Amino acid sequence: MKFKKIVLGSALLLTAALSSVTVQAADKVRFATEGAWAPFNFIDSAGNPQGFDVDIARALCAKMQADCEIVTQDWDGLIPGLKVRKFDAIIASMSITEDRLKVVDFTNKYYSGGLRFMGRTGEEFNLMDLEGKTIGAQRATLGAQYLEDNFEGKADLKFYDNQDNVYLDLVSGRLDIVLSDELPTYNWLKTSEDGSKFEFKGDAFMKTDNIAIAIRKGDKKLEDKLNKALAEILANGTYQKINAKYFPFSIY
Amino acid sequence: MDFSVVIEYFPRLLQGAWVSLQLVAISIVLGGAFALPIALARISPVGWIRAIPFAYIFFFRGTPLLVQIFLVYYGASQFDAVRESVFWPILKEPFWCAIIAFTLNTSAYTAEIFRGAIQAIPQGEVEACKVVGMSKFQMYRRILLPRAFGIVLPAYGNEIILMLKGSALASTITILDLTGMSRTIIARTYTPMEIFLAAGGIYLVISIVIIAIFRQIELRQNRYLGTLSIKVPDKG
Repeated sequence: MKFKKIVLGSALLLTAALSSVTVQAADKVRFATEGAWAPFNFIDSAGNPQGFDVDIARALCAKMQADCEIVTQDWDGLIPGLKVRKFDAIIASMSITEDRLKVVDFTNKYYSGGLRFMGRTGEEFNLMDLEGKTIGAQRATLGAQYLEDNFEGKADLKFYDNQDNVYLDLVSGRLDIVLSDELPTYNWLKTSEDGSKFEFKGDAFMKTDNIAIAIRKGDKKLEDKLNKALAEILANGTYQKINAKYFPFSIY
Repeated sequence: MDFSVVIEYFPRLLQGAWVSLQLVAISIVLGGAFALPIALARISPVGWIRAIPFAYIFFFRGTPLLVQIFLVYYGASQFDAVRESVFWPILKEPFWCAIIAFTLNTSAYTAEIFRGAIQAIPQGEVEACKVVGMSKFQMYRRILLPRAFGIVLPAYGNEIILMLKGSALASTITILDLTGMSRTIIARTYTPMEIFLAAGGIYLVISIVIIAIFRQIELRQNRYLGTLSIKVPDKG
């Protein structure tokens, strides 16, 4: 009898605790980013997320007058984490793709990307003849998918947990070529110590790549709020200021 | 939950499982071969001979396997000297880097298991060997090592299963083992529950096979203990 009471009591407590969590979550927008995709999102020396994505998220929050939290999460755990409500939105330079649209919704784009190959300076590069080359990309990215679709079985493909490890293996010589988004590569070539020994190979492609904030399927309320705030910061010059902080040209 | 993805990708999961098995088998064989001399040095009466394996075991048991893999894979490749050495063709390959890290790691653990087993042999048996005039070599070859082998089996079977689970870390250095393959599939399908459940199931099946094999070897090796099974009294 006593045992029954305890069980009932704890069940009630648990329900109360759970419901209070959901109430709190409604007032708050929890953004997730990766933190390993400079200059769009990275962790600064104090351990805080920084970068273009993070600045945009902060500007949107200011416009929406929402209480925001920005957390970091490994790249391939972002969409699963969103689905199980660990956070409400992903702002991590994520491209809108057909595969992703099956599991999440996206806001309007907040910048445009494109893919571009990169390799050692001076080395010959021919897109039609990559046989026997080792090509690297980050797992679960547009670049990785493009490689799987077009070079599976033709070249040696290697997929990494994050972009930093891709760069490490390019520098060490394990990789001949890297396929990644053009803008972060541009940043790495310009700013990193090893970047000077490498260059873009060929032109950028898939330039119609729209990068947007991912939200849970059917979360129309948050989608509208984010889209409205996005239009506002684009109109009032906040967006352009953030853009100029990272790139000398418009990336919208 | 949609388990049709599991059926669709099952052949690729099995491919991954095959890579995992290779990783575990090769490093267990190499690690076991290294472990024996390390264990023997560890129980040497000479102080400085004991110190080297002690430091080795201390390092590899005291640091995470993930750190060891990263040190071998990303760490070593930072040095031009390594990249220009004759070892580069091996160190360039993630598969062999994983084998090196796993072998070093498991040899440290296995050496400790061997040492414990050798030291667990009753002193009386050692004395008996000496009394009948065996040389040290004969004593180890005829009595101590075969006895230790029987004692070591349960703990050693454990170590292999730990190694199987540890092999999942190979996925962090681009190897498409069972875990790496699962993650690559999930990158496409966004069905982590289904694919990871299937992968977990395959790991379990491999573990069961390993346990069964060791049970058989144990029964055979320790069959002289056969009648000594402990009777548990019925609950009254």
